[in-house]
Formats: sequence, C-alpha cells, structure tokens
Amino acid sequence: MSRPLSFGHWPKGDFEGSVFDKFADMGSLFRSAEMTLCQLFLQSEAAYACVSELGELGLVQFRDLNPDVNAFQRKFVNEVRRCDEMERKLRYLEKEIKKDGIPMLDTGENPEAPQPREMIDLEATFEKLENELREVNQNAEALKRNFLELTELKQILRKTQVFFDEHEGGVNPTESMTRALISDDSIARQSTLGPVQLGFPEKQYDPEEYFPCFVAGVILRERIPAFERMLWRACRGNVFLRQAEIETPLEDPSSGDQVYKSVFIIFFQGDQLKTRVKKICEGFRATLYPCPEAPADRREMAMGVMTRIEDLNTVLGQTQDHRHRVLVAAAKNIKNWFVKVRKIKAIYHTLNLFNLDVTQKCLIAECWVPVLDLENIQLALRRGTERSGSSVPPILNRMDTLEDPPTYNHTNKFTCGFQTLIDSYGIAAYREMNPAPYTIITFPFLFAVMFGDLGHGFLMALFGAWMVLKEKPLAAKKSDNEIWNIFFGGRYIILLMGLFSMYTGIIYNDVFAKSLNIFGSSWYIRNTSIHLQNGDYTLDPKVTRNYEGYPYPIGMDPVWQLASNKIIFQNSFKMKISIILGIIHMLFGVTMSLFNHMYFKNKLSIIGEFIPQVIFLVFLFFYMVLLMFIKWFVYFANIEDKDFQVGTRCAPSILITFINMVLNKNTPFDKKCGSANMFDGQLGLQKFLFVCAVICIPWMLITKPIVIQRNRKKTAQFAVNHQQMQSATENGDAEQPMHNNTAQPPAMGGGGHGMEEEPMGEIWIHQGIHTIEYVLGSVSHTASYLRLWALSLAHSQLSEVLWNMVLSKGLKVEGWAGGVVLYATFAFWAALTVSILVLMEGLSAFLHTLRLHWVEFQSKFYIGTGYGFEPFSFEIILDSASQSKEEV
Amino acid sequence: MGATIIPFIIFTVLWGGVGIGLPFFVPKGPNRGIIQVILMLTGVCCWLFWLCCYVAQMNPLIGPKLDENTVLIMAKQWAHPIKTE
Repeated sequence: MSRPLSFGHWPKGDFEGSVFDKFADMGSLFRSAEMTLCQLFLQSEAAYACVSELGELGLVQFRDLNPDVNAFQRKFVNEVRRCDEMERKLRYLEKEIKKDGIPMLDTGENPEAPQPREMIDLEATFEKLENELREVNQNAEALKRNFLELTELKQILRKTQVFFDEHEGGVNPTESMTRALISDDSIARQSTLGPVQLGFPEKQYDPEEYFPCFVAGVILRERIPAFERMLWRACRGNVFLRQAEIETPLEDPSSGDQVYKSVFIIFFQGDQLKTRVKKICEGFRATLYPCPEAPADRREMAMGVMTRIEDLNTVLGQTQDHRHRVLVAAAKNIKNWFVKVRKIKAIYHTLNLFNLDVTQKCLIAECWVPVLDLENIQLALRRGTERSGSSVPPILNRMDTLEDPPTYNHTNKFTCGFQTLIDSYGIAAYREMNPAPYTIITFPFLFAVMFGDLGHGFLMALFGAWMVLKEKPLAAKKSDNEIWNIFFGGRYIILLMGLFSMYTGIIYNDVFAKSLNIFGSSWYIRNTSIHLQNGDYTLDPKVTRNYEGYPYPIGMDPVWQLASNKIIFQNSFKMKISIILGIIHMLFGVTMSLFNHMYFKNKLSIIGEFIPQVIFLVFLFFYMVLLMFIKWFVYFANIEDKDFQVGTRCAPSILITFINMVLNKNTPFDKKCGSANMFDGQLGLQKFLFVCAVICIPWMLITKPIVIQRNRKKTAQFAVNHQQMQSATENGDAEQPMHNNTAQPPAMGGGGHGMEEEPMGEIWIHQGIHTIEYVLGSVSHTASYLRLWALSLAHSQLSEVLWNMVLSKGLKVEGWAGGVVLYATFAFWAALTVSILVLMEGLSAFLHTLRLHWVEFQSKFYIGTGYGFEPFSFEIILDSASQSKEEV
Repeated sequence: MGATIIPFIIFTVLWGGVGIGLPFFVPKGPNRGIIQVILMLTGVCCWLFWLCCYVAQMNPLIGPKLDENTVLIMAKQWAHPIKTE
C-alpha cells in the first residue's frame, strides 16, 4: 500500500507552514478558533507602524467604526489617493516594460511596508521615472515622425524619378506612360487605369504644356481608389494621377502600427485646379512633399535626405537605448515597489476604519482576534511601537459582546482543500463541530466506493502525487487557467481519492475491467466431466469439487469477472455495502450532533433530539444492517436436509423483510422452510423495535417545545414575583420608576441569549419541520446512499464495455497487422480511458460524493450559518491584487 | 460457515494497527488530533470494506455461470485438469 506517501508529506509542510501554529492548540480544526472582540488604542504616531506589523501577522479582523462616513471624508483619504497615483504610475511603467519585453525580476522577497516618510521618496522616484519615460517616448515619437517624413520623401524622389526619366528620354509620352503603368503595376490596377488612359489621350498637349504643374505626396494604400475617383470627378478628368506602391510597410509613429502607403504624383494645369487638388489631398490625409522639377535639384535633395536619415537613425538608436536602460533599471525593482505601495495603501485603508478619540492623540480600533493568538498580537504591537519610536504602549482591551464572532479555522495546505469543500456549502457557525477533519477520509473513501478500479485509481493517484511532489515549482508558476487551479487546489484530495480507489479496486478486483488472480480462485473445475447446458456451465457452491469452502482472501473472487451472472452477484453485494456504509455514515453524523449539544450545554436537545434520533435510526435502519450480516453468516448453499432451512431456497430477501416489518405484515415463505424468520423471536423483536421507533417521532416533536414553554412560564412567574416584592419594599419611593427601567434591560438581555425571543408558535413549527425532515430524511437518505452502488456498477460496466469494444478487438487481430491495429486501438482505448473513465466518471463520482457529504451527512448536525474570519493580512491582499491584475 | 481465520487475522491486525495502534505513535504537535482521526477513519473504512466483501462471499448462495471456453481454459490455466469419467 502506498500509504506512507499520502501522509509522508504533510506534517513536514505543516511545521514549516505557520510560525504561529505552535502557539495555538491546533486540534482546533475540529471546531473554529475561539475569538474575542478587542478594543485597540493606538498613539497617532505609532498607529501606522503597529497596523503594518498586524498586517504582516494577518490575525486581526478590523471592524469599520465609521460606517456612516463616506470614503471621501475619512481621515487618510489623501494618503490613499497618493497611493492610487503611485500605483497608476507603476502600472504605466509596467506596461512600458511589458511592451519592450523586458523580464521583470520577481525575487519573491517581501519588503516591509515603508515608513510614511519614505512615501515621499517613492513618490519622487516614480514621478521622475514616469516623466523621464514620457519625455523619452515623446522624443522618440517626434523623431519617428521626422523619420517617417524623410522616408516618404525619399520614396517620392525615387519613384517619381522613373517618371521624369521617361519624360526626359523624349519618348512619345502616351506610349511611355502606358509602358510605365503596365510595368510598374499589377493587373489589379487596370480597372482604375481605364479612365486615366481614356481621359488622357483625348487632350493633345504639347510636351511643354503637359508638364506645367504637379504635386507629389504619400497616401495610405487603401485610400487610393477613392482618392482617384474623387480627383477624376472633381477635376473633370483634367488631372493626371500616377502612383506607385511603397513595398516596405512604414511605422505610424502615434500608434506604432505598420501601415502600407503609396506614392502618388498628380499633374494638372492652372491655379484653380491646383487649389482643388490640394484640398482633395488634404481631405484624404495625404501628405504632400515639395519635389523640385530640375533633375539636379532632385538629386541634391535626395542626397540631403539620405544624410539626414542616417543622422536620425543614430539619434533614434540612442533614444531607444536610453529608454531601454531606464526600463531595465525599473524592471529590477518594480515588483518590490508594487508590494510596498500596496502595503502602504492597505495600511491607510485600515487606518480609515479607526475612530479618533476626543483628544485627537489616539486612534481607536475594534477588532476580532483569536484568543490563542493574543500574545502574538501584543508582541506585534510592541514591535510596531518600538519601530515608530513612540513611548506610549498601545492598549489592547478585550470586550464583551453578544454578537456572533467570525468562524476561523486554522488550515494548512493539506486540510484547506477539504475545508473549502465544507465552506462552499456554508461556513460553520461559531464553535460548531467542523466536518472537515472527518471529510478528509470519508470523502475519498466514498468516492472510491464509486470509482473502485485499481488501474483508474492508479492514474488518478499518479496525477495527484505529481502535483503534490512538484508543489513548489507548480505553485510558483501562478497559472491563471481556472480549471488547472481547481485541480491544483484539490491536489491532496485527488491523491487520496486515487489511493482509496486503488484499495477499493483491489477489493472489487477490477483493473481496467479485468481481475487479478493472485491468491488462486476459490472456484474451480476438477474431477468431473462437465455437463453443459446450452453451452453454459454453472459452478455449484454446494460441492467441494467446485467451491473450496472458503472465499478468496482479498476482495472479489476473480472468477466472477468471467461469469455471465457476475452482475447479479455483484449487485447484491454492492447494494448491501452501500446501505451499510450509508447508515454508518449517518449514525456518525448524528453522533456529531451529540458533541455539538454537549459543547453548547444544550441538555434539552440531547434528550429531546439526539436520543430519539439515534433510537429511530438504530432500531429501524441499523437493524437492517444487522439482518444483512446475519444473512451472510447463517445462510449457505448445502445439500443436506437438516440444513435445508438455512439453504439457498430459504434465504429471505432483506428488503422484503424490512418493508414488511414497517408495514407490520407477514412475509410469505416456502412451507419446507418452516418460517420466514432468520432467528427465533424475530417477529416479536421487530414489533418492539418498530413501536419504539414510532414513539420516537412524537418524542422528537413535542419534548423540546413543551419544556421551553414551561421554562418560560416559570421565568415569567419569577419575574413577576420579583417585581412585586420589589415594589412592595420600595413602595412610595420616588426612585422606583427609574429603578424599574434599569432593571428591565438585563432581563431582556438574558432573554436574548437563548431562543426565548422566538414566539412559541415558531418554535413549534421549527420543531415540526425538523422532525419531519429527520424521519423522512432517514428513509430517503438511506435510499440515496444506493448511488454508491449505482455509480460503481456504471463505472465497472463502462470500463468493461470499453475493453470489449475497443482493446480486445485490437488484441484479436493476428499476424503483423495485429501489431499495427493494436497500436491504434490501444491509443484509442487509452484516450477514452483517461478522458471518460477517469476524468468524466471521476467528476461525476466526485459530485455524488459531495452531495452525500453535504446533504446526507451534514444535515444530521451541521448548521453552517457562520461567517468567515477575514483578517487584515498583507499576504491575502497582495495575492488578490496580483491575481486581479493578471485577469485584466 | 466457510471462512479461514488467517486472512481475517491478517486484515484485522493490519487495519486495527492503522486505526488503533498508530494513533498512539503520532508525534506531539499541532496536528496530532487530526492525524489520529485520519488514521482511525482509514482503519475503520478499509477494514469494514474488506470485511463486507469477505463475508459476502463466505457462504455463496449462487455459483458463477461460465461458458464452455471459459470452463476449459479455467481448468487448464488454474491447473485443475478435467478428468473424463
């Protein structure tokens, strides 16, 4: 058994887990920790340091003492705002760092919250960094814009050159034009080419006239068609547009995107057209550039542009270097800064919950603290005071309160998964019995009863063990994949579920739907010539040549896996075991309620609820369990006449027996058996048990309300008597009315303690509901445990089907082809095994187990109306902050 | 009544040891109580589960129904050759 693995891990983790564990009596997972309300007086100058220490400790839950004051009118709004501003700057920095893909150093160190005076330094640092970065960015943008312009100009000069060259070459303009157009552009543009070509030859210009005026510029490529059409229409075909694509994409300096642009050149005549063309260019956001006409000028300009581009490149490189240096320096510290700023912010938020006393020298806080940790808290406060250099020590006063304290369960990494399962149903009421410690075993066990298969359990345990062993590196990765986080959070649950499934798999003798014959089956065929009936042969338990006389030592006999009546046999076993486990589980739950009643000194509930509940459950249902065992022990297949009454034919059905017991009917039986009884005096005993169980119902129903009613009458009488006596003695005293007033509240307060505030009618109704729920619940919950059988049956059948339909097909192919087929079928079988049998069936069994715990088990004792303890803790705050950041 | 005492003793001692014996040796510490509960419940659950399975097969009322091939293979593989009368 791999049991050591399951336990080998966690005690160690525990001891290193929390320093404070050793102070606390940590058996206390059984009940939530004892809490007390405290009042805390802090000197103004020491408050910050003290709260910071408490935040590191994480054991104090502060209450808001000014709920009426809105967030903007509190004392430390300013500081909180400054922190917000710092956080914003840090986020900006982080964004820039991420943009450049610089790794952020996460040393995992946890700097203390800085002193308030350090806040100014931090602010200055961030301010400086932000400004520097913004300036660099601005410069870079300006440079890039400049660079873009120059590149565009360069492209214009280059592209238009082709055109001018052709013109100066003195070729027939139309022809050259056509050639140029065809050569430099694709067929796609021929549709837009049409009108240009068509329009152009109609006008017969002299070469001199033809070249009068032009503008050149650059435009986004996707705007070209619209631009062309617009020009054509607005100028009535009197302009000539030529364009060429710039192959390389250019960077848009403002957005940083890569955009494709085209160079164009427009020829026209006259000033009127010129203004029109310019307006259209403006409208289409084309950038126009001066382009000299003379070739020499153009060449000169091109040279100038080239040199300027080179210069710009150097400057740009330097700017980028500078930006990189700044960001790398910032990346080293940014995590650290985030932690610091968040801590400061959390502290001021907390300080905002405090009250100022009259003299303004002192802050007053109220907080819930675990009683056992009071010493730690005192120590932390002392450290805080020393650090702040204040001379007056803080004062921590325990206060009395009638309020319900929060529920605080010390968990460690092993138990917290199980505690989460319980808490998602409802957080325990203060100091109530916590089901979590028992769930640690009963949960994986009941799961395993449904999931019993050595092979599937092994896969699951392997996965769980891997997560447990690689815990630290996996946890450090902080994945934001929700499904993975759920699996990882429940790693110990998965491990235990896997291990228990392996055990139940051994007992069911199921390994991927096959059985192991380790100890040698108790059933065999020997010393016989066999008589087949329709090709089948049934082994006879009566004869020693078929059955050895004692069962297979561990779990199911392997022969059943081969038998065609396997399901009949296994159903009988699995149904019985479901009921047995279920009733024991429920009895366990009822016993828990006894501990609750004892702890809360609720004698009335023990007498009026617990005892009748136990009697009801034991006398009816546990009796049924006993009958099952009797049947297993007493009845056996035999050939001798004297044993006929305990033979196969006389074995009664437990279910029918039980139903007839409740209905008070006689069970029909075979004459040869003599009676339907399993033991002497069974009928009498059953009648007695049934009557007792029935009596329990009114007992549960009326005891409690009647006793409460009587007690109330008594106290009322007492109060009246007391008052009469008082008024008799102090008759005529002027102070009497006042006295009465003061006497009243305590009586009310005492009354508020129990249920006496509730009117009697409600108590009756509650008790009625409670009784009906319990009585009907016992029946329906018992039946509900049959899901253990149903799911286990479904699981084993499904895996058997998968074996027969997939893998065995591959195993049956002969020759070399068999290897190929097997390869494919095994892959298919393995994939289905993991995805359906382990994952989906596992999930369904998990949910059913959860239900069995929440409803069938916890309804017996668990109230779950408490509220959780939410301590002020930097760890929690930082965790949630980094998580929410990743979500964004 | 067909049972042998050996598996019963072995399993009772094994799970009894886990459920009753081991809890005494849990080292003192904050989690002693939890570990004890875990061990006890493990012992009880596993023992009960084994016991039910064992007891359920102790006095079989029906026998397995096998087809011809299975019978022959079983007789051969589990080393109880069929003698023809």
